[in-house]
Amino acid sequence: MRISMLIKACVLLLSVMWLTPAAAAAIEELNFDNDEQKARYSELIAELRCPKCLNSNLAGSDAPIAADLRAKIREQILAGNSDREIEDYLVERYGEFVLYKPRLHAGTFALWFGPPLLLLAGLFILRRMLAASRQTAVAPVDLNAQEQQQLNALLKDTSAGNSSDNSSDKKAGTDNG
Amino acid sequence: MSNRAKLFIPVAFFFVMLGLLFYGLGQNPGEVPSALVNRPLPVFEEPDLFDATATISNEQLKGGIFLVNVWGTWCAPCHAEHPYLVEISEREKDITFVGVNYNDVAEDAREFLAERGNPFKLNISDDDGSLGIDFGVAGAPETFLIDATGTIRYKHVGVIDNRVWEDTFEPLLAEIRRTQ
Amino acid sequence: MIPELGNFAVMLALCLAVLQMTIPMAGAFTGNSVWMNLARPMSAGIWVFLVMAFGCLAYSFLQDDFSVAYIARNSNTALPVYYKFAAVWGAHEGSLLLWVLILATWGYAVSLFSKKLPLDIVARVLSVMALITAGFLAFLLFTSNPFDRLLLNTPSEGTDLNPLLQDFGLTVHPPFLYMGYVGFSVAFSFAIAALLTGRLDAAWARWTRPWTNAAWAFLTIGIALGSWWSYYELGWGGWWFWDPVENVSFMPWLVGTALIHSLAVTEKRGVFKSWTVLLAIAAFSLSLLGAFIVRSGVITSVHAFAVDPERGMVLLVLLLLIIGGSLLLYALRAPVVKGTATYGANSREVFLLINNVLLVVATSMILLGTLSPLIHEAIYGEANRISIGKQYYDTMFIPLMALVAFFLAVSTFSRWKKTSLQHLVSNLKLVLIASVLLGIVLPLVITQGFNPAAMLAVAMALWIVISVLKDLYEKTANKASRLQGLLGLGRSYYGMQLAHVGMAVIITGVCLTSHYSIEQDIRMAPGDTHTIGKYEFTFRGVVEQPGPNYTANSATIEVSKNGEPYLTMHPEKRFYPARGDTQTEADIQVGFFRDLFTALGDPRGDDSWVVRLHVKPFVFWIWLGAFMMAAGGVLAVLDKRYRHKPVLLANEQAVPVVPESLEVAARVNNA
Repeated sequence: MRISMLIKACVLLLSVMWLTPAAAAAIEELNFDNDEQKARYSELIAELRCPKCLNSNLAGSDAPIAADLRAKIREQILAGNSDREIEDYLVERYGEFVLYKPRLHAGTFALWFGPPLLLLAGLFILRRMLAASRQTAVAPVDLNAQEQQQLNALLKDTSAGNSSDNSSDKKAGTDNG
Repeated sequence: MSNRAKLFIPVAFFFVMLGLLFYGLGQNPGEVPSALVNRPLPVFEEPDLFDATATISNEQLKGGIFLVNVWGTWCAPCHAEHPYLVEISEREKDITFVGVNYNDVAEDAREFLAERGNPFKLNISDDDGSLGIDFGVAGAPETFLIDATGTIRYKHVGVIDNRVWEDTFEPLLAEIRRTQ
Repeated sequence: MIPELGNFAVMLALCLAVLQMTIPMAGAFTGNSVWMNLARPMSAGIWVFLVMAFGCLAYSFLQDDFSVAYIARNSNTALPVYYKFAAVWGAHEGSLLLWVLILATWGYAVSLFSKKLPLDIVARVLSVMALITAGFLAFLLFTSNPFDRLLLNTPSEGTDLNPLLQDFGLTVHPPFLYMGYVGFSVAFSFAIAALLTGRLDAAWARWTRPWTNAAWAFLTIGIALGSWWSYYELGWGGWWFWDPVENVSFMPWLVGTALIHSLAVTEKRGVFKSWTVLLAIAAFSLSLLGAFIVRSGVITSVHAFAVDPERGMVLLVLLLLIIGGSLLLYALRAPVVKGTATYGANSREVFLLINNVLLVVATSMILLGTLSPLIHEAIYGEANRISIGKQYYDTMFIPLMALVAFFLAVSTFSRWKKTSLQHLVSNLKLVLIASVLLGIVLPLVITQGFNPAAMLAVAMALWIVISVLKDLYEKTANKASRLQGLLGLGRSYYGMQLAHVGMAVIITGVCLTSHYSIEQDIRMAPGDTHTIGKYEFTFRGVVEQPGPNYTANSATIEVSKNGEPYLTMHPEKRFYPARGDTQTEADIQVGFFRDLFTALGDPRGDDSWVVRLHVKPFVFWIWLGAFMMAAGGVLAVLDKRYRHKPVLLANEQAVPVVPESLEVAARVNNA
């Protein structure tokens, strides 16, 4: 009983280790036919996710699978395949999971268009608030005698503050911490 | 919508997110999905582990139920899983066990199988990991279940033990056997 | 014995927190000042007990008491003393204790610096903070107790601290980060108190501002330290990966930035109250969401804590109670937006609100990106997972920040209530011409190359800096002397402008590093040289060197600049036997205009090694800018008016509040 539990614990530990991230970045030398290929390679290994690691790209992983995939990508670049072909090759085997930049389709529509739409909505609401504010500003307000008195006192205050344009400007600036 | 109702938008949004997070707690984010499930086996032709001159191709994995296990002597969980594979290979006679020796030294692999028993009918040597990539393998051990039509029905990542076998493989096998 | 004492102290703190979340709050509702007065001493009590608990854990670490399970897992006799202390917060349990201790520290600080606040507000604020403290203390005691013992089979040696964490930057990163995260609980508690009392006035905004600025400054430093750590410790030369763990610290920061500006508007002009309260709730809620994501393992990340769904469940319940409860309270009690106050189209209010919208959209985008893998999986099934990475976030974030930078300068020249378009144009015309011209000329002259993206970045940074300088110039123009003018400007004004310049510095650093960095991985044998720009790197081989709890392969790389010997660098690859981990230690020579970055890869036979050589221009500016921002926040906290104002506040309360309709009328007449 004890021993079987011990074995189970070991197996559990090992399966956890299986997923341990390779935190160290891959540092390796590679030769290409030209600088353009080298740049494409750097770009691709930065944009593609290592399928075994917790969250790192192929460039940033020491995992054996990341090394294999980097070699595969290099091989395909040298064979003259386009970036899209190389991405397709990996997506076919590992799914869209390997793309850090998700492709645009029905499932990622909200992801790509949500933020811009939200910005537009925010600015639209802002516009409406401004319009509402302006309307309130024009609306006449009835004041009773007491309120009128308070208003006059208040106005005196504000006009004193506004006597010099510059001082009020300074005040405004100072208050914007 | 009235202004009062608008104030409820944040709390409503929060509860939707909470539901999502609750769902997320039940999932295992470490698992890598397989793009190959329910797709035909990839086309391949790789050397036989025990006979470097012979090759094994995907054509040989047709017309029956196949269990393809990707393993390596360098992989500690594979060592842990090995006795159980030997055990079920003796029990499940209608399944052909196929070993893919992944990113390994052939000599070490042969020694390992001689010492601890060989559950595999076919032994493929994938010393450069290229077949692994075609199978969408991210590490070892990984195990694929292939039905008689040559379609990959399931991919298991990690160690196979009794619990995994009974909970996931047996129901699938029952279904495959029924439809055959 | 000592661990039990610590455990007991945590229990006492929990009991006190439970009392504090109920009695002063009940006192506030019934008007019982004796009950309300208990709030302050109880804050002190919770703080003292948690300091004791923390001290006990730290002491046990220093004593190598491996009978404590947490210490056995995260320490080792060979670990240097400094890291033994830092290991207290090296993993989930201990870092949670630090989290709660910091929460109690903020509570205690509020109780100390709130002498001038009305008692019922103090009682409510401290009660809300105690509620959060109690929730997290219960979480700590029942699911993640750092004092749990391994009495039956005490290991003779610990499994050591994760080598990634054995580094100065990462030991100070969590305390700063938590000071920031948890600091937003003060603004949150003030917001809850305001919703409960219905008093959401300028005074409320003024009380909340310094606390928010302080928390924001801490968070800024915390994030910067984390990024700096990943830059030099992970050995990949990057400094931000948009990993979920980074995202969850960045979201509260963005909302906190929006909150700081919104509070300014609420204090000065009494508008956007409901929005400000919502931001205060959101900033802390996002901090809690971060704690959940990092500690539950619900989303895959590089440096999350150990995955445990049960802990996740308990945290989710805490989230439900704290965030759900506060947002519900908000829905029921927030003042309905009536649009009572007026502001013109070009007023400072509007420009600050535009930037608020941009910051909130950026936050939503990051939240969407962080949760998207989960959303996608819930809809399309496990087999169709997607990943969201740097490329997505960069595409979305950079345009938003460009807009923020644009409106930042515009709002500098705008005035409260109303600004004439002419005033804005006349001020901005010069800034625009100067920044565009210099933005094109500077990169051209310095790099002798044409790079439109870099020019745009430099122009954007100059747009901010020149507008700040122009504003400073104009604000001092009418004074007897410039010096007198400069001295007359308040600390919060300097704080604001320093933070704004900090942003410009960050923009410069980020853009120039990504456009002009040269990164090369090459194989070098002893004696080989490689030239990058004016630097020549000569590899002198690798020697094995013992460390306290590791052995290192240490390389020697001689660098010469323009042919002259310049410096020698020693990047290392360390092996930690206790965990069997290998760790890359980059060697970086930090410079104001460029960093030299070297890291050691794998041996390739014949004494040759793969070596990573980077020259990274302006990368230092990223952290310099962050530091300037944080310093700006601190300056704003130190502004005199926060200390002299309380007297005025008392007067304000004495005067009956002017009816809002009257305020409107006043403005109409004034215009």
